[in-house]
Amino acid sequence: MNVINDPFTWLAGLLINWLSTFMPPQGVNITMAVLRAAFLGIFALVMFMVMTWIERKGVARIQNRIGPNLAGPWGLLQPLADGVKALTKEDITPDHADRIVYNLAPILSAVAAMIVFAAIPFGPGLIGADLNIGIFYILAVSGLGVLAILLAGWSSNNKYALLGGFRVVAQLVSYEVPHVLSIVAPVMLAGSLSLVTIVEKQPVWFILVLPASAVIVMLSGMAEVGRSPFDLLDAESEIIAGHHIEYSGMKFALFFLAEYVHAFGVSCIVTALFLGGWRGPNIAGVTVPWLWFFVKAILLFNIMVWARGTLPRLRIDQLMAFNWKFLVPLSLANLIVVPLADRLAQGSGLSYGSWPWALVMLAFNLAMIWVAFAWVGAAGRRARRAVEAPVESHDESGQGGEHALAHDAQVGHAPAAAGAH
Amino acid sequence: MTTLQVIFVLISLITLGGGLYTVIAKNLMHSALGLILSLAGVACLYGLLEASFLAGAQVLIYIGAIAILIIFAVMLTRGVMGAFPRANDQWSYAIIVSLALLAVLIVTLFRFNWPQGAPPAVPTDSIARLGQSFVDPGLYALPFEVASVLLVAALIGSIYVARDRN
Repeated sequence: MNVINDPFTWLAGLLINWLSTFMPPQGVNITMAVLRAAFLGIFALVMFMVMTWIERKGVARIQNRIGPNLAGPWGLLQPLADGVKALTKEDITPDHADRIVYNLAPILSAVAAMIVFAAIPFGPGLIGADLNIGIFYILAVSGLGVLAILLAGWSSNNKYALLGGFRVVAQLVSYEVPHVLSIVAPVMLAGSLSLVTIVEKQPVWFILVLPASAVIVMLSGMAEVGRSPFDLLDAESEIIAGHHIEYSGMKFALFFLAEYVHAFGVSCIVTALFLGGWRGPNIAGVTVPWLWFFVKAILLFNIMVWARGTLPRLRIDQLMAFNWKFLVPLSLANLIVVPLADRLAQGSGLSYGSWPWALVMLAFNLAMIWVAFAWVGAAGRRARRAVEAPVESHDESGQGGEHALAHDAQVGHAPAAAGAH
Repeated sequence: MTTLQVIFVLISLITLGGGLYTVIAKNLMHSALGLILSLAGVACLYGLLEASFLAGAQVLIYIGAIAILIIFAVMLTRGVMGAFPRANDQWSYAIIVSLALLAVLIVTLFRFNWPQGAPPAVPTDSIARLGQSFVDPGLYALPFEVASVLLVAALIGSIYVARDRN
């Protein structure tokens, strides 16, 4: 039974028993720590292969194609073929590129995506290191990815790469604001930064308690990974792949790896914060916590694939306006509404984690989302009226244009957002 | 030497090496990278002192924000590639300030009564206590709010400077 519930802990127990027959306790600890780190690293690489396969198959289905189907059953071995191809390609370094930085950037990018997994709880006790600053650590180290892309853009000695680098800073640093502000809400409710504690404090999944935060974290997470519809940093048709334009072979594959591992990392973070992590009903009397975690995380990744297959790319000024004029105010409002609703609900006798409490929180959240959408809808209608109005009243529409979101409706308006070079 | 001391010496060497490279690198961008290495070393030192929140804040603020700002400034203000003169004509003042700071540090090092023996254990709820001390009027509520006001003032100032005059 224990083997099915938690095979990893069972294996670790066997290994510790075997190691302690010929090693001092400290040696066993160090060996196990190294093994755990190696396991997480290999796990990230395997997940990279699974993710690329899911994405290629998913997007192919959306586009009415079959997708990879020759390498192995259902094309399952396609990632291996891709890897061999990347390894045998010519490794090109552009003239006058900064060699050290140019080679450092893909490594840093992959490392930044992979070290996130150290603090993600895949099951009870199934975690690289249960840091007491869990989610804060993840936010801190994922900032290194921005640095890596910026360095790649600079060191390639290519103007499109540099433009990609500028876009990265504009987009990723902007979307970090609603990302962090919305992650604060589950941290406040759980009263801890540790992801293990946050999962344990979710008798009701937080996506039902804090739907606004969940959606904002997922959206800004997608923007930070730079996936479609937020893939402005490597937009092929505008800046011909941006920061990784000059990279070929395995170095390009490392950037690719970083993107998919980061995307899976975001899915894992949202799973742990909002979808109850490893919590789930028993199947035929057997609890399989880690399986629940993977089912949820891969479902979230499929939503990302769905978005990529169906949505067009945003323009940079739309992207910035959406962030600064909608997501940031909404997450600030969320930060005020959530503690107030929690205090009201718990003050009137509803205990934390009970269904009535969750319903009160949900009602407050839905009301907030409704107000936000009504506000944006009214602004959009005003802007549309201003554009459709006859030319004589253009002075008035100029004043109306200062209002939030108004200039989005004026197609072809010069982008005012930072970073739009 | 204990394991902890070996790790401390290694991290210190990385930190100091990064700092030295920041000063002697030919290329301004390499200087920025050296600075990042040095800041990462300081974050590791905080981690070694079991100040995990401080280590996270160091990475988030200094590497995630300030270093990126520095690199962005270099990218925007200098030519894209190539070596630039590292020092401008203010290097003599910089030497004076650096030597003064070094003197202060050395005097402090020898005059401060350093505590001996094993440090007390870090409480398990150290982060909760840190958070509470920020909002406790008897502790750091006032400095915390003053810092917030300063940041808001800087934010408004930068928007005013960068604003479109039309």
